[in-house]
Amino acid sequence: MSADNTITVKFFARLREELDTASLTVEAESDLTAGKLLQSLAARGGSWTQLAGAHPVMIAVNQVMTKPDTVLQPGDEVAFFPPVTGG
Amino acid sequence: MIRVQQEDFDPAEEYRALRDSGSGTGAIATFTGLVRDSGDLKGVTGLFLEHYPGMTEQVIEGLVREASGRWDVREARVIHRVGSLALGEQIVFVGVCSAHRGDAFAACEFIMDALKTSAPFWKKEITGDSEHWVEQKAADLDRSQSWE
Repeated sequence: MSADNTITVKFFARLREELDTASLTVEAESDLTAGKLLQSLAARGGSWTQLAGAHPVMIAVNQVMTKPDTVLQPGDEVAFFPPVTGG
Repeated sequence: MIRVQQEDFDPAEEYRALRDSGSGTGAIATFTGLVRDSGDLKGVTGLFLEHYPGMTEQVIEGLVREASGRWDVREARVIHRVGSLALGEQIVFVGVCSAHRGDAFAACEFIMDALKTSAPFWKKEITGDSEHWVEQKAADLDRSQSWE
């Protein structure tokens, strides 16, 4: 798997802790959207099932907030995280 | 000027920098947020703050740009701390200087309200025997949306 054909996936805060994962990589596929990637991760079972909709998950692609129908490109950085609570 | 840092900050120093930022300034509005003892939990002794490096700074830069488009903003300074913070410590600073008070107040409040619902920071409350990731509040979303 070449680095050029992968997508980096990052998790933050409660998701990072409960999934015990700060980041992982997946292979890019044609027509893969952020929403489809989220569903495929939820299918891993265990604590990953919470990604299927039990809690709101915000999505950023290349550090910009976006919607689930965003199509992912090789080299993209996707982040999934709970609603933000700074300030 | 936007900074995300673990270290504390000195509001007096930030105020001086705003005051020295140029001619035309007639008003400075500042806001400082502190760690409070009750949030989602009672008896909070501290917070842990996590952020998304890179994206956080970009989002805040965008908010300052938006504020500058809507109001007269001569200079804005935003500081947000991350890591472990104890009760009473400073979390966030927003300072805006403008020609007039109305623009300074509005831009400062807008940046703060929008930061709370769009900048990727997450707070975890710590008490003597438990910890809890803070939930986003409907009231914060309402305040942020009231600027749209």
